[in-house]
Amino acid sequence: MASDQPPGGQLAPPSLTGGVNTYFAQEGARGALIAFVSTVVFFAVAIFAIGRSENWPTVQKSFFDVELMWDSLPAVWDGFTTNVWMFLIGQVAIMALALLIAVMRSLKGPAFLPVRLLAILFIDFFRGIPIILGLLLFGFGIPALRLPGLPNSAVFWGLVVVVLSYSAYTAEVYRSGIDAVPDSQRLSAASLGLTQWQGLRYAVLPQAIRNVIPALLNGFVSLQKDVALLSVLGVREAVREAQIITGRNFNYSPYIVATILFLAISVPSARFADWYTARDRARRSQGTG
Amino acid sequence: MKLALRNIQKSFGSNHVLKGIDLDVDEHEVVCLIGPSGCGKSTLLRTINLLERIDEGTIHLDGELVSGPGVDANAVRQRIGIVFQSFNLFPHMTVLKNLTLGPIKASGVSRAEAEARAIELLERFGLGDKVDEYPDRLSGGQQQRAAIVRALVGDPEVLLLDEITSALDPELVGEVLSVIRELASRGLTMILATHEMGFARDVANRVVFLDAGRVVERGPPAQVLGTPTQPRTQQFLRRVIEGGRL
Ligand SMILES: Nc1ncnc2c1ncn2[C@@H]1O[C@H](COP(=O)(O)OP(=O)(O)OP(=O)(O)O)[C@@H](O)[C@H]1O
Ligand SMILES: [Mg+2]
Repeated sequence: MASDQPPGGQLAPPSLTGGVNTYFAQEGARGALIAFVSTVVFFAVAIFAIGRSENWPTVQKSFFDVELMWDSLPAVWDGFTTNVWMFLIGQVAIMALALLIAVMRSLKGPAFLPVRLLAILFIDFFRGIPIILGLLLFGFGIPALRLPGLPNSAVFWGLVVVVLSYSAYTAEVYRSGIDAVPDSQRLSAASLGLTQWQGLRYAVLPQAIRNVIPALLNGFVSLQKDVALLSVLGVREAVREAQIITGRNFNYSPYIVATILFLAISVPSARFADWYTARDRARRSQGTG
Repeated sequence: MKLALRNIQKSFGSNHVLKGIDLDVDEHEVVCLIGPSGCGKSTLLRTINLLERIDEGTIHLDGELVSGPGVDANAVRQRIGIVFQSFNLFPHMTVLKNLTLGPIKASGVSRAEAEARAIELLERFGLGDKVDEYPDRLSGGQQQRAAIVRALVGDPEVLLLDEITSALDPELVGEVLSVIRELASRGLTMILATHEMGFARDVANRVVFLDAGRVVERGPPAQVLGTPTQPRTQQFLRRVIEGGRL
């Protein structure tokens, strides 16, 4: 499973809220008070120590220049909306393409060998090359060919590369879910006179997808960040906008603006994924619907 | 003759599992397959339902060759139902959805018609109040009865039952066997693999003893189970009696 993680997709850290809640439940009010006081003291000391450091004014000036941050916000925000729609379009395309590839790969029988081979080749190729290499190759290469009838936009080709790469990973995620459905379910579907495709569609895939929703959610979180890679193609997304302003001002504060925007969506997404995973696990261990 | 098997051979790699099985089953007949674990009972049932491809031999259903190339296996499976040892209901569907999936998707029956038929059968087999339940809310015996009803809902001409009680707690075996008894009394043609010798004696018109992929002995239950002629059958039944299963 570890190798099936999407690019950059570390397993999400254990849920903070979940941990704290359990802790509260176990230790009661006294435990909660200790946890609260020690947390406040820890962060107060840390912030005080940083603020007192003789290097802090320099750091503050080049990273936390509030005026520049405010001035750069409109442009970075504008870029960020590009990230969001690239993410949304990409995510939908990845879910569909990856499912198609996973299904192709899991078809049984000698007649489907070419289909399986095609799926395996696709997965091996796009999982095997760094996204950045794919971006340079397709994002600059294909528009340079000026092929008639094909779009020349860097966003388009960049997004295609990200979608293909993520689909290769996500297909493996789906496949692990398909493999986790007992073979007897396929057999059972076949015994009812369903075709192989109908058996997949109605019996196997619904169970498989449910098996992998937590892994898919973690993939979403990675993709939110990785669409920023399109900045290497000059796409005016948040990182690129911040880079432009930083270059003009010799000051890194616009990057901090972009950082805050990314965290503002990725942290809640990660928490949601954790919450869903925990809920799903609890349900399964209860053995109910 | 409802079903005619001739020289059925099946290997898994170098494991020669079925070594030439001949078996005829008449309309309304109930045939019990008995034999030691690994002798090929499950494999034989699966080949009849075309879930396993046979290497040699022929299968005729109502005089029609169904084992060759170019046969629509899905169409044949709608005429031959099978129930497995582990209930194999679809866990993400209600009992009703489990029952209507085959008729709606494979046979093109309308939803209303499929549901009416499913509900009628569920009521007949004492599951009328489980229509909208998910399988994991049912007891093992109820799940297995639901699986039997699912195999019946398409009106199969032959029903295959593969050790349908061996995954059940002993006190739930009776309710499932009584369903089979009722089906037998209604004249449904059935082949069942079973370790329940008492039940086989009770319900079967004929008992077939398989060993190592061959039919060793066959005949009326009283003869095969009571006065077997083959040493291998005698030995098997002695063990069964020692195990307290007869
Ligand atoms: N799908 C398969 N792939 C490989 N070998 C198989 C497969 N199914 C069955 N076999 C082998 O075929 C032989 C017969 O198995 P089968 O399940 O038909 O026996 P059985 O008589 O039903 O036994 P039991 O009473 O334990 O259910 C065994 O050696 C088994 O390992
Ligand atoms: Mg068996």
